[in-house]
Amino acid sequence: MSTVFKVEDLSVEFRTSRGTVRAVDNLSFSVGASETVAIVGESGSGKSTAALACLRLIANPPGRIASGRILLEGRDILALDDAGLRAVRGRQVAMIFQDPMMALNPVFTIERQVGEVLRLHLGLDRRAAAAEVVELLRLVGVPAPEERARQYPHNLSGGMRQRVMIAMALACRPKLLIADEPTTALDVTVQAQVLDLIQSLKERFGMAVLLITHDLGVVAETAHRVIVMYAGRKVEEGSTQEIFKDPRHPYTRGLLEAAQWEEGDGNLLREIPGTVPSPFDMPRGCSFAPRCARAIAHCRKEAPELRELASRRPVACFVAHGERG
Amino acid sequence: MSRARAFWRRYRNNRTAVGGAVVLVAVVLLAIAGPWAYSVDPFDMVGRPAELPSGEHLFGTDVAGRDMLAGILHGGRVSLLIGVMASLAASVFGLAMGAVAGFYGGRIDDLIMRTTEFFLTIPSFVLAVVLVAIFSPTVANITMAIAVVSWPSVARLARAEFIAQRDRDYVLGCRAIGMPDWEIITLQILPNALPPLIVVSSLMVATAILTESGLSFLGLGDPNQISWGYMIGVARTVLRTSWWMAAIPGVMILITVLAINLVGEGLNDALNPRLRTR
Repeated sequence: MSTVFKVEDLSVEFRTSRGTVRAVDNLSFSVGASETVAIVGESGSGKSTAALACLRLIANPPGRIASGRILLEGRDILALDDAGLRAVRGRQVAMIFQDPMMALNPVFTIERQVGEVLRLHLGLDRRAAAAEVVELLRLVGVPAPEERARQYPHNLSGGMRQRVMIAMALACRPKLLIADEPTTALDVTVQAQVLDLIQSLKERFGMAVLLITHDLGVVAETAHRVIVMYAGRKVEEGSTQEIFKDPRHPYTRGLLEAAQWEEGDGNLLREIPGTVPSPFDMPRGCSFAPRCARAIAHCRKEAPELRELASRRPVACFVAHGERG
Repeated sequence: MSRARAFWRRYRNNRTAVGGAVVLVAVVLLAIAGPWAYSVDPFDMVGRPAELPSGEHLFGTDVAGRDMLAGILHGGRVSLLIGVMASLAASVFGLAMGAVAGFYGGRIDDLIMRTTEFFLTIPSFVLAVVLVAIFSPTVANITMAIAVVSWPSVARLARAEFIAQRDRDYVLGCRAIGMPDWEIITLQILPNALPPLIVVSSLMVATAILTESGLSFLGLGDPNQISWGYMIGVARTVLRTSWWMAAIPGVMILITVLAINLVGEGLNDALNPRLRTR
């Protein structure tokens, strides 16, 4: 499988009145053609920041990509000038967002908004774009597309709006689709439909998909590979099967246990105690140690590096590396 | 066009605003068509000075024996023209400044905001007097002077609107599809930010008319163009003996400014999304 998208040592910093904080710290990953890679983590783990950084969409100031390379088919996105960057955005790499209500401009019709992508990248005029928009809406399963195209975002349901967003993202047949929590704002019944749609379109066009989510159910259904992030760092990576069957990092285990609560334990929710530490107040050593039941003395002194286990899976945990307290 | 109809439906709910619109249209028509229908030169001496309103001279004559009705009709043209043009210039410039400041933030924002503060700390009427006194008092210069003292408030409002809009997801979405900044500002954010700005601009026409009247009253009006403020200025010396000479243009200013304010309020009702009920 050829690598379409590769991120190397990406760090994102934010300047605040209380000093500079690192929201993403030395993150590396790659996505192959037709592959779905999921980045999972709690709120505040840096996963959305990482996704936005992939298209240089971090607001600057206060944000800044401090280091790293973002390679799209070998070309570094961070080295592009403004025009080059605009040519990549929406054309080669497309993005869909969490809340499809907010991501559409309330004052324009669907036709006009989806048409913008075609106008910007394929140079279509408004009439040609309008015809293509109807085709795109049909493709993503919007019923009565001619009619819907002339409506405004507030006329559409949440699921419909997310389909419109997907239509917009796919308009130029991008090589990579970044989906930032694409189903979080939707009803449970609609979530599955939208995921199926992304899945089937991915297969049809051979796109790579980078899926950002906190929902392990979504991961299990769609992803080939999983990257677990915690406090801005990758703590574990593996195939979906490996992660679900044999999680090595205590944080990954905690996430899985929290997700499977209904099946045993007399319906007791097994949660991970505490919350992600504030970036202003990062613990010395492993950032997960204060919440970790298996932490040893070493964990509180030094941050563990990502190291490949015997199974060639990278994990950042001293205990998983075989140390004993 | 259903949007225009919806707009009219909301505007119509405000009865006084409809009344204001009717009066305003009447004043504008009078200013446009009046001088053409009543072809007396407002600077011609047509009778004895300070004649009372009569059948011959409907609004009487002023201190120099000039026809007051001709003055009101011609003066309306100048007053409205200056009011509208000054408001337009101030709105366009203020909007551009505020949009850039709000959208980009950072240093450019600081620079523009400090500039507006500089203007806002100086009493605007005094600044307008100084500007007109420095440059010659022509209609164009008076318009520019009023625009110069008016744009900062538009800029600040536009900035606030753009700040409120710039972090919305749809703006991020536009960036993510590779839309250039200027298109995001003009085609995407502007339509969302426009309603309160339209209201402020319409109210600014009223303020500009008042400022122009004030300047003319002080003798800083264009000496070759009659305006309502100029007429009041001329009548100042005979205020106790010939009160109507100042009262007639004064009432015209009052009616026009009131009508514009009512229209502005109606626009606010019709355009403000927070008052909108679906």
